[in-house]
Amino acid sequence: MPPAYAPRPRPDIIAAHLNSGVYMGHRTALYDAHLAAGGKMVDFGGWDMPINYGSQIEEHHAVRQHAGVFDVSHMTVVDIAGAGARDFLRHLLANDVDRVTPGRALYSGMLNDSGGVIDDLIAYKRDNDYRLVVNCATRETDLDWMEKHAGGFAVDIRERADLAMLAIQGPQARSLVAGLLSGARAEAVNTLKVFGFAEDGDWMIARTGYTGEDGVEIMLPGADAVKLWEQLLDAGVAPIGLGARDTLRLEAGMNLYGNDMDESITPWEANMGWTLVLNDRDFVGRQPLLNQQQHGHGELVGLVLEGKGVLRAHQQVLLPNGEQGEITSGTFSPTLGKSIALARLPAGATGKVDVEIRNKRQPAQVVKPPFVRNGKAVYKEL
Amino acid sequence: MSEIPAELRYAASHEWAKNDDGVVTVGITEHAQDAMGDLVYVELPEVGQVLAAGDEAGVVESVKAASDIYAPVSGEVIEINEALEDEPELVNNVPYEGGWLFKIQMSEAGDLDNLLTADQYQAQIESE
Repeated sequence: MPPAYAPRPRPDIIAAHLNSGVYMGHRTALYDAHLAAGGKMVDFGGWDMPINYGSQIEEHHAVRQHAGVFDVSHMTVVDIAGAGARDFLRHLLANDVDRVTPGRALYSGMLNDSGGVIDDLIAYKRDNDYRLVVNCATRETDLDWMEKHAGGFAVDIRERADLAMLAIQGPQARSLVAGLLSGARAEAVNTLKVFGFAEDGDWMIARTGYTGEDGVEIMLPGADAVKLWEQLLDAGVAPIGLGARDTLRLEAGMNLYGNDMDESITPWEANMGWTLVLNDRDFVGRQPLLNQQQHGHGELVGLVLEGKGVLRAHQQVLLPNGEQGEITSGTFSPTLGKSIALARLPAGATGKVDVEIRNKRQPAQVVKPPFVRNGKAVYKEL
Repeated sequence: MSEIPAELRYAASHEWAKNDDGVVTVGITEHAQDAMGDLVYVELPEVGQVLAAGDEAGVVESVKAASDIYAPVSGEVIEINEALEDEPELVNNVPYEGGWLFKIQMSEAGDLDNLLTADQYQAQIESE
């Protein structure tokens, strides 16, 4: 059976083109709600998204200390159905969907033939089919890759551009969300285990996130998302922009596709070895991973800057033995009050290193991420 | 609409300059701090350092990016705002007052005439 997906026409965007004569990005169902909340809109992978609603640092603290809501509707949702869905995903993904039972999700890389990461994604296992959530910037590449590998599998690949997605994160997130819902939806928010999910009508509620805090991510129709967003804001949940999303995920030690890994980087080199299931199934990228496992590879580790300043992507890291590495993501950590980074270093790097910032060497400590979990510093020095 | 005090002069690179009898106080504009977002680190020149107009004089870093600061006039740095070491957010909160960066003993009074007036700076940011 040939896979079926086609980019959906977007009447809203076409109309915007015709009316303005100027290119406008894609807009989520919450675009007007972002403007109403004071969102500063920027282009993000072709989408007009809020970078912040005033202060990125205040938004960051709101998620660590209370609760915040993110519009992540720009992310690409793909449903994988058909009798061959399981075999297809066991071939396509480096993690093994057989590791989880229905109602559970798992994190995986989707690799190229060299073992490089085409994208990272969450796979949700349902009773008879699967849902994937992939990055928006890699949407076309991902869908083409899936289609290319679907030959020989009885599988139906269907993008769900109709769904919006909200992430509600923070120590109070689940209790505040549950208070706005009823029946099976409230029950799901209250009782789901980490990486568990439940569906009710058009809603999928998952206890997942990208912040290192407790919370849920909800996929739902756009009109429902607008209503829930308004209820959440009325309940004191702070709207959170993409700026704080990045500082939160980096404190949580989570990778950002395009920064910390890409098609030239394998999961071994991106602190994703834990997602690899090297059993006897033949998945795309398997053999290069086995080769690299034997021959060695660089590692993605954490850095904490000792003095003042800010670590940034692409700064050079100098080891005491003369070897070098590079920062892949860096920022100021609002929770720790100092700068942190993920860096790709030669295997086994530990202790103190220097980072070259504007031609000056600044000392930093090599650590094992995550940096922050549930509001507290948790990193360990290596 | 961001605040652009009429009595100050402005560099195209978004610094403001305030002249008091040849001592020029330098900061970044309301517009610049808003574009940068929350500042978390400010690197200032050293007292005694001699700068020419247009020289790199420091760096302001927000959570998302680093941005160079340029000397709007030539002269010797005679004072830096040490409060910014612990409170870089002063630049966000009061960019024209407690968020000033450094003071220069101006060596070329004519440098001020090369800077933009408030109206000219306003026109520049509207055209950006």
